[in-house]
Amino acid sequence: MPDPMRIRATIHDDQATVRVLMSHEMETGQRKDAAGTVIPAHFIQSVVATHNGRPVFRAEWGPAVSKNPYLQFQFGGAKVGDKIQITWVDNKGETRTDEVVIR
Amino acid sequence: MDGRRESRREALKAIGLVTVLAAVPRHALGQMAGAAAPGIQWNAAAFNAQTVDDALKALGAGTPTPTTDVSWGTTPEIAENGAVVPVSVTSKIPGTEAIAILIEKNPNKLAANFSFPQGTVPALSTRVKMSESSMVHALVKTKDNKYFLASREIKVTLGGCGG
Repeated sequence: MPDPMRIRATIHDDQATVRVLMSHEMETGQRKDAAGTVIPAHFIQSVVATHNGRPVFRAEWGPAVSKNPYLQFQFGGAKVGDKIQITWVDNKGETRTDEVVIR
Repeated sequence: MDGRRESRREALKAIGLVTVLAAVPRHALGQMAGAAAPGIQWNAAAFNAQTVDDALKALGAGTPTPTTDVSWGTTPEIAENGAVVPVSVTSKIPGTEAIAILIEKNPNKLAANFSFPQGTVPALSTRVKMSESSMVHALVKTKDNKYFLASREIKVTLGGCGG
């Protein structure tokens, strides 16, 4: 099971700002190990964020996103106590979903 | 005699070809980001594109209109570490539905594609890897399927490709 994400959601007026830090190698498939063998690509391909179940943000990623990816986005119509859920899926089909309540 | 020389040439050609073929898959493997994990939406053609034009084509953008209605926020002009280049993009174009980030000198040009449903601010911050100093493009897609391209150069002191 991959490590949990760190999600922070703050609210200003009715606009929520969400900051996410994911824990992932984001291996490009370009690097070689000491023996010269190519290290296979392993990276997050899809990120979906929902606000009380409604999709508010979606991302498709290639291997050029940095290791332990950081993401920030904003959406309207949010209030304190609302739930934000974020799911990522990587190219090996591993996935992780975490949830946070806006405060 | 002539025949033998001919066959020697053929043999050499064949060896040459084998060498090329042996070199290609490794190169291709290194370049190819690969296929999508099952059940998710991932534009493999765009992510595997080796040129900016091919990536734009795969995204359906064709020839996007140049624009300056994109703010780069805290994106630096000079990044010290190519492995972690902060990129921040806000589109001021009405009806923005998606923003893609393309890095001209990376092996795979498309780094990321973000989409914003109604109610979401067309803005994002993330961090990307850059192999060397390069032009970075933000491709904005609007609701009525128009495409705009904003560009900016980011200089990298230390490339993000190595160990």
